Amino acid sequence: MHEVDMTRCLVLSMQSWRQRHEPTLPSVQRVHLEVGRFTCVEPEQLRFTWAVAVQGSWLDGADLVIETVPLVGRCLACGATYHPTVEAAYQSPCCQRPLEEIVSGRELRIRSVDYTLPTPTPTPTPTPTPA
Amino acid sequence: MHMPLEDTLGLNLLAANQHQADHNREHFEAWRLLCLNVMSSPGAGKTSLLERSLAALAPEFAMAVLEGDMTTQLDAQRLEAVGVPVVPITTGRACHLDAAMVAGGLRLLRQRLNPADLDILWVENVGNLVCPAEFEVGEHLKVALLSVTEGDDKPLKYPVMFREADCVLITKIDLLPYLPVEVDRIETHIRQVNPRATVIRVSASSGLGLPTWHAWIRQQLCLRLSMALPVPANR
Repeated sequence: MHEVDMTRCLVLSMQSWRQRHEPTLPSVQRVHLEVGRFTCVEPEQLRFTWAVAVQGSWLDGADLVIETVPLVGRCLACGATYHPTVEAAYQSPCCQRPLEEIVSGRELRIRSVDYTLPTPTPTPTPTPTPA
Repeated sequence: MHMPLEDTLGLNLLAANQHQADHNREHFEAWRLLCLNVMSSPGAGKTSLLERSLAALAPEFAMAVLEGDMTTQLDAQRLEAVGVPVVPITTGRACHLDAAMVAGGLRLLRQRLNPADLDILWVENVGNLVCPAEFEVGEHLKVALLSVTEGDDKPLKYPVMFREADCVLITKIDLLPYLPVEVDRIETHIRQVNPRATVIRVSASSGLGLPTWHAWIRQQLCLRLSMALPVPANR
């Protein structure tokens, strides 16, 4: 269950991001991730471990939005891109080449964060004291 | 009314691990040693291979091992018997080593020796074909083992591990006469997911292929340290 350790890394990255906004504490609604199909990550497990990890913390209630990025290879013989499959042993359908170049599918990226900042409390204007 | 805001991070999910891995690698560079991360499924023969390779290479190179194991120190004891310093790293629930665990192992290693005196630091990862592939520890090269008893479909079923490897060792080839498996097919499948990897067939029991594997290590050391090819003392 390496998703636990991945979540720990993710929370650490979010903590460093929070420091940018200090001393205000941003309220995070969503964390957007890009997870490639050619990685060892199971998005469902990542969502589960995230929900458990952030419980009771400043990130409690923040949704993890995971965009799955397809595996795309490039055939180095003809330059065409293709979707490698395990059934075809990752071979390019055009020239029967092995998986030489990966164009996408290895992503494990925190893309962006949706958040709000607390509205600053207006400083009360001093009422003039009668002379 | 709170204005919704968005920050673009474009940050690696494993940035925290990567940061520590880069830090480990800076140490390895300063110490001018070669760090190899050895990975495979449980029982593919990592420890048996290391026993043979440590014994064979000890006359030429100063080496140490960081030994990852989930619960026991059995593998560390086996390697210690070869006469090479071994630091066990018990990972507990974690099914892989991460960069922080290796940094902890390095601190223990430094209490016993000066790493700058080493030529090769071996990291024997926890037996697992999935997780270790994603967690860099600061290694220069990744070595993946696949035993012939595991079947020829494993490179296709666990492609990330074999894609990431710089060298893939097909182990236990002395068992081939007893198995309905074609070693050429295993190698073809490895090359399908990783055409760049060096693939070497070895047997830690019979010693077959070990000279080729050791020659690869010497070559990598030379490339890494740009030094003259060391000549074994017994030749």
